[in-house]
Amino acid sequence: MSAPTVLHRPSPARLRAFPVRRLPSWTTAVVIVAALAAYPLVFADSAAHNIGILALTFGIAATGWNLLGGYAGQVSFGHALYFGTGAYTTALLVRDGWSPWLAIALSLPLAALFAAAVGWPCFRLRHHYYSIATIAVAEIVFILVTNLPGLGQANGWELPVVEPSLANLQFSLLDKRPYYYVALGFFCVAALAVWLFLRGRAGNYVRAIRDDQVAAAAVGIDVHRYKLAAAALSGAITALAGGFYVMYVLFVDPPSGLGLDLSVSFTLMAVLGGVGRFWGPLLGAWVLVFVQDLTRQEFSGSGRSVDLLLYGALIVLVSITEPGGLLAILQRLWAPVARRLGRASRTETDPEPVESAEVKA
Amino acid sequence: MSATLLKVDNLSCRFGGLWANRDVSFSVEQGAIMGLIGPNGAGKSTLFAMVAGAQRPTAGRLHFDGRDVTGWPPHAAARAGVGRTFQLMRVFGSMSVLDNLTTASFVRHSRLRDARRRAREVAELAGLVPVLDSPAASLTAAWKKRLEMGRALATDPKLLLLDEVLSGLTPTEAREAVEIVRTINRGGVTILMVEHVMEVIMPLCHRLVVLHYGQKISEGAPEQVAHDPAVVEAYLGKAL
Repeated sequence: MSAPTVLHRPSPARLRAFPVRRLPSWTTAVVIVAALAAYPLVFADSAAHNIGILALTFGIAATGWNLLGGYAGQVSFGHALYFGTGAYTTALLVRDGWSPWLAIALSLPLAALFAAAVGWPCFRLRHHYYSIATIAVAEIVFILVTNLPGLGQANGWELPVVEPSLANLQFSLLDKRPYYYVALGFFCVAALAVWLFLRGRAGNYVRAIRDDQVAAAAVGIDVHRYKLAAAALSGAITALAGGFYVMYVLFVDPPSGLGLDLSVSFTLMAVLGGVGRFWGPLLGAWVLVFVQDLTRQEFSGSGRSVDLLLYGALIVLVSITEPGGLLAILQRLWAPVARRLGRASRTETDPEPVESAEVKA
Repeated sequence: MSATLLKVDNLSCRFGGLWANRDVSFSVEQGAIMGLIGPNGAGKSTLFAMVAGAQRPTAGRLHFDGRDVTGWPPHAAARAGVGRTFQLMRVFGSMSVLDNLTTASFVRHSRLRDARRRAREVAELAGLVPVLDSPAASLTAAWKKRLEMGRALATDPKLLLLDEVLSGLTPTEAREAVEIVRTINRGGVTILMVEHVMEVIMPLCHRLVVLHYGQKISEGAPEQVAHDPAVVEAYLGKAL
């Protein structure tokens, strides 16, 4: 069969406009995890460790958000609900004398169930109507927890300080590195779960749903079911972040566990880093947490809103210059370097025309 | 070999006061290439949508492969063996052509390797090999139409619904597309196609159904239909 006569192979420039994204290779994953593992050894002070722990924790939540909002295209502004599910379940069970590991593990299926329960009616809505519905549900839960007796109301819950050990998931405040490595471990688990989900049929299906729901149904995809599956896993991963967070700060109340600004920050981290890109949310989380910490030092006390201003400016800048986020900017900067490296290695082995390398990049 | 694959039985679809289809009945035999023609607004696309499960009929029954499937959801239709293309092309833009095909073939193969192997076979058949790694959003209209056909084929359908896959193509492209349709049909796939380009549909289809204002006005072999006074009147108007 010959090709249509009006044949336009997409030029490299157009390829860049419509990037086909692939899942990360094991090499990339190993390099990133190795760099993360080295971070607390390079930056030895406690403040840097604190930044790293928070960045990894929010990186987990944002990675979970990205599965549903980025890959499946269902932009949720209610993910604080699942973060709060993790935080509150863990807090309540640990206060009852449970092992924190068990408590966190138990909160994951609970959050998955909540996510599916929220998705069941809300996924009937499309695009921003869905997003608005998720805000409403999360806000209702926020108000209920703040006012109903039995869930701590506005006072929240404090967790008892117990003997530092891995089993208790509490460590000495003098050295925060154990917290960091536990967070890194949790992040690896979360990233692996997302990667496994995206790798096979489910990953293709959710991306197809994001691109065109009608066409997705026409090739046999049960759209509602796969949205629910993505939401459930996304919710569970976000709950993992919440469970660990409460064990780190030993306190949770409605604003810190269920607030709307929490939901928004997960979204913004993913958008800033690169929505629908595997490592984007993690990068966004590091940048946000770093900016937050910087503004807290510079404008102490009232830093809460200044960091958001700065962050907003950053988002505007990124969306104007590169909607693919910081990761896309980095990739664009890296491309010529990679090309030069590729060219150098090729001239060493077998000389080949330069154009072919450009098409591939 | 001439068993009935699709039976449309008094199918009607109403949007408010408008009957997009009214009491339409016909059947499609296994292995046939059936054409569905009619002037603009005749209700061809609505009928297609009902067969593909995208539109629920107001009245009437739909039988596919010996089962009553009236009002089924679109993903069930695809799984049972109804593949379809869209008149306004709906490709998965962010994915490569290969991934578009792979996504479709996942309906028959649960493992990535098997799905991808089937996708490559279909790409060969539909002539999509030159653009296999291109992002679908970057394709020209002609390629997108071809991808639409390939993607429907990758679901291994028993019945393939082609919604104007030839319109808007240059004569050469259209000839090639016709060849692809013939090849697919020779592979054992029954085809029901909506088309406007008469000089293409006449030699290609075994049988034609003509719709006008939502109702069937004629059915039969292409030659027979072309000389049916009712059809001539629907297209050209009544003699003065």
